[in-house]
Amino acid sequence: MGIGGSDMYRQQILDHYKNPRNYGEIEEATFTHVGENPMCGDTIEMDVVLDDDEEAIERVAFRGDGCAISQASASMLSEQLAGMSVADLEEMDRDDVVDMLGVDISPMRIKCAVLAEKVAQDGAEIYFGEKDVDRTTTEDDEE
Amino acid sequence: MGLSESEPLDTSAIRDDFPILEREFRGEQLVYLDNAATSQTPDQVVDNIAHYYRNTNANVHRGLHHLSQEASIAYEEAHDRVAEFIGAEGREEVVFTKNTTESMNTVAYAWGLAELGPGDEIVLTEMEHHAALVTWQQIAKKTGAEVKYIRVDDEGYLDMDHARELITDDTEMVSVVHVSNTLGTINPVTEIGEIAHDNDALYFVDGAQSVPHMPVDVQDIDADFFAFSGHKMCGPTGIGVLYGKEHLLEEMQPYLYGGMMIEKVTYEESTWHELPWKFEAGTPPISEGIALAEACDYLDDIGMERVRRHGEELAEYAYDRLSEFEDINILGPGGDDRSALVSFNLDGVHAHDASEILNEYAVAVRAGDHCTQPLHDKLGVSSSTRASFYIYNTKAEVDKLIDALDEARQLFA
Repeated sequence: MGIGGSDMYRQQILDHYKNPRNYGEIEEATFTHVGENPMCGDTIEMDVVLDDDEEAIERVAFRGDGCAISQASASMLSEQLAGMSVADLEEMDRDDVVDMLGVDISPMRIKCAVLAEKVAQDGAEIYFGEKDVDRTTTEDDEE
Repeated sequence: MGLSESEPLDTSAIRDDFPILEREFRGEQLVYLDNAATSQTPDQVVDNIAHYYRNTNANVHRGLHHLSQEASIAYEEAHDRVAEFIGAEGREEVVFTKNTTESMNTVAYAWGLAELGPGDEIVLTEMEHHAALVTWQQIAKKTGAEVKYIRVDDEGYLDMDHARELITDDTEMVSVVHVSNTLGTINPVTEIGEIAHDNDALYFVDGAQSVPHMPVDVQDIDADFFAFSGHKMCGPTGIGVLYGKEHLLEEMQPYLYGGMMIEKVTYEESTWHELPWKFEAGTPPISEGIALAEACDYLDDIGMERVRRHGEELAEYAYDRLSEFEDINILGPGGDDRSALVSFNLDGVHAHDASEILNEYAVAVRAGDHCTQPLHDKLGVSSSTRASFYIYNTKAEVDKLIDALDEARQLFA
């Protein structure tokens, strides 16, 4: 149900949507990556700063446009990623995102929910030379 | 029902035919406003399908046994009934397909691939549904023909001066949506047809959103081809219609090959069955076709003129109520000049979020691009929320939509 879920979590999602954390840019970002849901028009662009060893994430900023689920997910993820290892980021999957959001996500909205996670993962993989795409689109990985 | 055309619909009597409308979700009674996507199915049509499978079910055209003969006659007569419903000459001009999209593809492949080439032009409108837009776009790529789009003006109408400019001697096909599934605009299809024919172009009208909602006469429009779907007009899914002028269908080669559509087959050659069967390869949607004829009966019993007026009144009422709010932006023409739907956006609330909140109040709407992505891009919005109405909807349901939208507004404020 997404934002139709329990009230506490719904309030949390709406709070992140209306007052996004880490919204903006980081000029000295280690890498920047952008992604979209073409069907919904959701976009997320994310700046990530890695530590000197390039093993952990120091901080994240994002900007974007779209539905509450996509933007709140990016905001919540930006908080969660700070301090996380790059290896742990690459391990993340849709279940982790759904857990983070704390609400059931309908099949129609799962793409909105995972967009930010995909952008962060693809950004890291591109940076480490493991992937070669210009933009992330959630259309590519129907699950 | 025997009421005169001037009397309004008896929605409460009609609602008795649609038990699905009694469904409740978490204590809220369903308000079904997604009719442009698919309409609900009255008991008469559901019973028709059940009766067919309980009493008649057999394959058509080939069996000599009783059931096959009954099924064949019912299936063939369904073509006659649909022909009558849209003003076609007869069953020869009515091909049963899967849906509007398949009807479009049938002409695009059977006629377009054979006839189009570099230098030829296909004229569409900026408000075409993907069913036409994507299909002709791809046929153009295959043949070297070029697609041009008649502009939609700021109010959501076609720019007819631009239409006259675009349609020229080079135009081979003009394909126009009768009623926009996003804007609700009712296009001047007769006038566009005259321009097309003055330039010796063929003329295809996409009637997916018109046939369910208004009296349609394909000969008045003078369409060469006309397409619509059963499931938006009280019929089942899996059945669509391609109308084509007999001489054109006669000249065209088949689109799909196989059983049923042949006359004589040797290891080297085949000849084709007569119209419309030439275009209905394989076992067709038999019960769906027969049920579509039942849906035509159902709508004619109500009276298509009254169906039209009811839909337009609800659309105007919804338009007026939505217009009360400064934070609601409505797409398309004014309330007194649109078909039975209203698409809009609520400031600060993405259409998907709005529809999810509406869903909590059991108000079913569509959110997204409604298969008109380029039109949404042109309008500068990624998506919109669409409320679309049919014979069983009421003004009270529009009020419930407005109330539920207010909840969404409060939540996101």
